[in-house]
Amino acid sequence: MSRDAILGAIRRGLRRGPLPADQAAMLAGRLERHPRHLVPARSRVPRAEQLALFVRNVEKEFGTVERVPDAAAVPAAIADYLAAQNLPARLVRAPHPELDALPWAARPMLQVEARAARPEDAVSVQHAFAAVAETGTLVLPSAPERPTTLNLLPDTAIVVLRARRVVGAYEEAWDLLRAEHRDAASGGFMPRNVMLVTGPSRSADIEQTLELGAHGPRRLHVVLIEDDAAAAPSGHAGAGPGAAMHGPPAGQDAAAAAPSPHEG
Amino acid sequence: MPQITSPAFKENAARALADAALQKALSGSRGAFLARRQAAIAALPEFERLREIGRDIKNHTLAHLDFYLEAYAAKVEAAGGTVHWCPTADDARAAVLAICRRVGARTVTKGKSMISEELGLNEHLEAHGITPVETDLGEYILQLRREPPSHIIAPAFHLNREDWEASFRAAHTDLPRERVFRERRDILAEARSRLRARFLAADVGITGANFLIAETGSSVIVTNEGNGDLTQTLPRVHVVLASIEKVVPTLEDCCALLRLLARSATGQDFSVYTTFSTGARRAGDLDGPEEYHVVLLDNGRSGMIGTGFQDMLRCIRCAACMNHCPVYGAVGGHAYGWVYPGPMGAVLTPSLVGVDKAGHLPNASTFCGRCEAVCPVKIPLPGMMRHWREREFERHLTPATVRGNLRLWAWFARRPGAYRAATRLAVGALSLLGRGRGAFRSLPLAGGWTRGRDLPVPEPGGTFMARYARAQRERRA
Repeated sequence: MSRDAILGAIRRGLRRGPLPADQAAMLAGRLERHPRHLVPARSRVPRAEQLALFVRNVEKEFGTVERVPDAAAVPAAIADYLAAQNLPARLVRAPHPELDALPWAARPMLQVEARAARPEDAVSVQHAFAAVAETGTLVLPSAPERPTTLNLLPDTAIVVLRARRVVGAYEEAWDLLRAEHRDAASGGFMPRNVMLVTGPSRSADIEQTLELGAHGPRRLHVVLIEDDAAAAPSGHAGAGPGAAMHGPPAGQDAAAAAPSPHEG
Repeated sequence: MPQITSPAFKENAARALADAALQKALSGSRGAFLARRQAAIAALPEFERLREIGRDIKNHTLAHLDFYLEAYAAKVEAAGGTVHWCPTADDARAAVLAICRRVGARTVTKGKSMISEELGLNEHLEAHGITPVETDLGEYILQLRREPPSHIIAPAFHLNREDWEASFRAAHTDLPRERVFRERRDILAEARSRLRARFLAADVGITGANFLIAETGSSVIVTNEGNGDLTQTLPRVHVVLASIEKVVPTLEDCCALLRLLARSATGQDFSVYTTFSTGARRAGDLDGPEEYHVVLLDNGRSGMIGTGFQDMLRCIRCAACMNHCPVYGAVGGHAYGWVYPGPMGAVLTPSLVGVDKAGHLPNASTFCGRCEAVCPVKIPLPGMMRHWREREFERHLTPATVRGNLRLWAWFARRPGAYRAATRLAVGALSLLGRGRGAFRSLPLAGGWTRGRDLPVPEPGGTFMARYARAQRERRA
């Protein structure tokens, strides 16, 4: 069997047979514990700075960020953004409970459909599971309420993100997923697809010169809901280094939780 | 397998040096890579420590590769995917073709994959009536031009803007002939609109993998364009091509390596899309493929384990080595004659296709050591090239004149008295012959040297050894 041929050749090279049970158990334990390696110091800063780092990094990668005080302000912010970009007031959004709860009706001119993206869609609004300050990266796991095509097909991708869901490093985002997500099919925590998105699509294939808008979105706009008191520029004192290192408290499942009082 | 022209490296290199358009492309592009990488690394003080961590993660994985591959495959299967274990390139081509045939595929979209190049997959699919469509911008134009990539992350590194325009005009004949490409952006926009339709029509999407994760059974692609994601999201079937050394234990291990990859490759802190795929569409999902297959390729790699070339399997394909290589910079990637160019290719190609065919490649190095100095996982590339040279010599693949001259040199080198006498004689004769001029433009028996450059006339004062001894005496006095 080809599987045995490959494994056999590897073992011949390693000059041993299959791993003895105790060693295999040790490696299985390492998989179970998934120890962290060095996490760069740049993201281990107080909450307010962490959030500022996230914003700076998105902008460095040619994305844009608008900070809004609460969830109620999101539809207006999106409508104004589309108008400012000369884009039609029509969008397709993730059928996510948090986005369902937004007061879209307050902007009756905005045509909103909740579904996966189609090729003709020009603007999408996605829900961010989390984001990573280290490099200004959005964490977008696939789910029935978070279709992957929204991240890819429209020319303009808008992502709604709650400040509490901004963590320092990638490892913290994985821990959130491990804690909050259980896949019925595999029994694991990984959904079918997790996209880490850092800025709009681009290519440098023509003479190594950067051009935005290759096959994915040309624009990436983050609407950041300031729902983290510790991260507010004035609320600096509340954020100890411990809080910064561990990110938002576990159990804040954005996917499952009803809209919080902040979003009233 | 794609055609191998590595045995003709010398002729390839000579042609490349005389190719004005290629030289323009090479000189125009290289500086950007180096400066961006430098800036990204300067902004991450931990980079050096991360290199050591990256090396250790890969070494740990390779030492237990059988365990991690089995763990990985079990997780893929638990998530509803299928792993096709393929010892050879033939097995892998057959596995891909069988999947395509079973689902009745007519067109297949493809993300960038060096394994696909290694398999010559496009030719194989075409020969069986299936149309492959490369969707990475660089790979797309190369498919139009029917050329292989010349760089592992920037496949169209050897092309200039004029080439892009000419190829697009030749291929997209349904578009108005008088259209103008004012900027590079216009070229990009045309490719984007052409490929949109292809993404939507494809039956199967094939991508490579930068990493496989044993903990979760995920495959990871790292891209900037988004073509890889469209390729693996829209069609009914997603096929991942990956070689066995891509596996790492956990997401944490993967993140440590991801912190090295983009910085070393394009000088970005992180690529735009780093995507983890685990199995097929789940209950309730509104999009994503219905089938997920991993074609897991060995093709000679297991034979490197336990040998002096095992360290090469740490490679994460960032291309920093070729971006910094003076030889690659002079001749470009095609001269190397197979899939993998530059220093990593000079080590990997002889391992995968045989030193009898690729023996020139490890000789195409000045041993300046920059490749090793920039390698994010600290692969001792020059040491391994030296190792190949030794093997080549042992197997009598080195040309007779080289062997004869080496033997002659070795005879003198082992007899210091004779060596000093001979060099004294040679330097004296050259000084005498070259009196009044700075350099020889030609010299009997040294045609190989003077064809490409002048030979300087020795400076007064005798051989290096003589001058060194004199300097030592003077210092002591």
